[in-house]
Amino acid sequence: MIYVVIGFLWLSMCLYLILGGADFGAGIVELFTSKKARHKTQEIMYESIAPVWEANHMWLIIAIVILFVGFPEIYTTMSTYLHIPLVLMLLGIIARGTAFTFRHYDAVKDDWQVLYTHIFYYASLLTPFFLGLIAAATVSQSINPDAKTFLDLYIFSWLNWFGVAVGLFTVALCAYLASIFSLRETRDKLDLTLMIKKSKQAMIFVVLTGALVFLTAYLSGIPLVTWVFSKPLGIMAISFATVALVLIFRAMKNRKLLPVRALAGFQVIMILVAATYQHNPDIILLGNGQHLSLLEHIAAPKTISALGWALMLGSLFILPFLFYLMFSFSKLKK
Amino acid sequence: MYPKIDIMDDFIAARAQMALSLGFHIIFACVGMVMPFLMAFAHWKYLKTNNEVYKGLTKAWSKGVAILFATGAVSGTMLSFELGLLWPGFMKHAGPIFGMPFSLEGTAFFIEAIAIGFFLYGWDKFNKWFHWFCGFLVGLSGLASGIFVVAANAWMNSPSGFDYINGQYVNIDPIKAMFNEAWFPQALHMTVAAFCATGFAVAGVHAYLIMRKKNVEFHTKAFKIAAGFALIGAFGAPLSGDVAAKSVAKRQPIKLAAMEAHFETEKGAPFILGGIPDESKGEVKYAVKIPKVLSFLVSNDFNAEVKGLNDFPRDEWPHVAVVHYSFQIMIFFGVVMICIGSVYLYAFFFRKEWLSKNWLLKTFLFATPFGYIALEAGWTVTEVGRQPWIIYGVMRTIDAVTPMPGIQYSFYFFTAIFVSLSLIIIFLLRRQIKMVPKLYDPTDIQFKTKNKEL
Repeated sequence: MIYVVIGFLWLSMCLYLILGGADFGAGIVELFTSKKARHKTQEIMYESIAPVWEANHMWLIIAIVILFVGFPEIYTTMSTYLHIPLVLMLLGIIARGTAFTFRHYDAVKDDWQVLYTHIFYYASLLTPFFLGLIAAATVSQSINPDAKTFLDLYIFSWLNWFGVAVGLFTVALCAYLASIFSLRETRDKLDLTLMIKKSKQAMIFVVLTGALVFLTAYLSGIPLVTWVFSKPLGIMAISFATVALVLIFRAMKNRKLLPVRALAGFQVIMILVAATYQHNPDIILLGNGQHLSLLEHIAAPKTISALGWALMLGSLFILPFLFYLMFSFSKLKK
Repeated sequence: MYPKIDIMDDFIAARAQMALSLGFHIIFACVGMVMPFLMAFAHWKYLKTNNEVYKGLTKAWSKGVAILFATGAVSGTMLSFELGLLWPGFMKHAGPIFGMPFSLEGTAFFIEAIAIGFFLYGWDKFNKWFHWFCGFLVGLSGLASGIFVVAANAWMNSPSGFDYINGQYVNIDPIKAMFNEAWFPQALHMTVAAFCATGFAVAGVHAYLIMRKKNVEFHTKAFKIAAGFALIGAFGAPLSGDVAAKSVAKRQPIKLAAMEAHFETEKGAPFILGGIPDESKGEVKYAVKIPKVLSFLVSNDFNAEVKGLNDFPRDEWPHVAVVHYSFQIMIFFGVVMICIGSVYLYAFFFRKEWLSKNWLLKTFLFATPFGYIALEAGWTVTEVGRQPWIIYGVMRTIDAVTPMPGIQYSFYFFTAIFVSLSLIIIFLLRRQIKMVPKLYDPTDIQFKTKNKEL
């Protein structure tokens, strides 16, 4: 049953990164669009977010609940030593979620829209950055429960160049996903050309920040290269992601937009696999040499089995309903 | 170990932040639980009567639901993090025991989010009854979420589903923990209170708008529906409260004693109304004492013994004054709301002409926050009454707090967020209400001209 629970944890993290990430990306892409084209971009982006935006962010809650019910030690270690970036990420989540809703549901459309929109932009940027930073901290051995000073315990547990690089990489990934996903929402040729240009820019940004991740890992002595390239699965995942990139270019050229979407999602999953497979099932590598493992640091067996059943039953309700929602709205738009 | 700046004690700051977050979230959670039912009721009326005013009302309310749901969703997300950020010592042990209802709540909440998507964007696009059902489902899953979360809180009051041996939590059974003794009485009272609070709040707003003589038909329809829901809550509250009080007396006699500022154990204990409790002297000054009623309320026997605070070790007492005052506030507003409800009911059946009288509307306007005041006071009783324990009788709150210093800054930060969010929401809801003539009331001239332009 523990594998079912881990599977759901993976699924919810992947879906949050892909779907929630695309939502964040929408704000990022808008932010980095020139003022002239912004309105157009905003319209296209909005089409691709609503009405599933609320549901996309549920995946984070599911992941958190799985963590604190099934893996309490992992959850409390993160929430103790990564307190500050978690609070900053929360700020981003709150600001983005509310600003988006307010922007859409304010009965009067006036200058307040400018404020909501700006909050929405910067929160969209902030959240994935800290998400990446937190993810980096779990594997960079920077969390050290044996440290003695406030700075070592609660600040340098997450503040390092590798973390910043992974944060930027996550931001780039979100922007990439959003621009790819929006391709199918465009209504005419001009829009499509605009968004394809954006997708390509985001792609370059992903590659550059990805290189930065490897560089900072090398400088901080994190064996990222060994993790990714020492096992066949890691190499396979990376080559798949690269092949997918080539295929995306071809598909974009031929204007085959559905495969482009699927391939981009696939790429993100491959990147996650490559980054985490090597030290799996250890999820947190601590600075004092200890590791927190998804197979060892777990709740009592009865809890795991109840959690597994709850997740399976829950998904029986949720998934068909969710797919029907997505399906209905993509049909309605046409 | 590390330098500590003592502007505000970290422990107090952590408690204050948690109280603030819960106090804020509870408002949105309750609106999210009840408002969709109001909306679904108006929608049902529209489908039955084809009266366009009901359609407009449904749409207006659904916008309110959307705004408050989004806020409730983010404040709920915050709470799921804050549990760990502030109370890691608690979550490390409690997570696997009381986590079951949270995982079910996650499912219910997810369904709510999907249903709200269908409902808001689904006008004239789906089968009308499927569309109606989605709105109803928003309420149903919201209600289920609330009931599940209360199960987790009830477990803290009535820990079960594990054995605590030599400081170890063993024989963990999350299902048993979920079906703890306090769940039913707490969930029942909470659900009823949510209906009462939201009903009164919505009725008050519409009463005010009727008095301003604009869109009277629209707001009268809205007022009637909301008042109906408020009545169910107001009359249900003493009944469910009775169940809850009996359960507290059995499980947490010390909490009951603090609620009543009841210091000495005695047979035929009086019901103490008001007064100023003095913890050091162990007495209540200026209180009204109704003889033997407390004994009767907790055990249906006028001469039953009720345990007093003095029977418990001093370091296990909650803050008596806070618990006592909160309990009094809850009862006071509860009684006021029952009175208002009775007058409304009388008017509804025997004096129809009263219903449009200004004094009745003014009373409802005045009562807008009453339900929420009672609700917050009630939660204060539950939460402060459980102190100094976070898991009653097992773990003290102070042993659960995060080792990270500087929590006071986190408290200031979160306070700033909550205050600004509240202000923006009030601002937004006011703007929604202002736009009623243009956007939602089909009988209004402004609505007609706008639609003609389109």
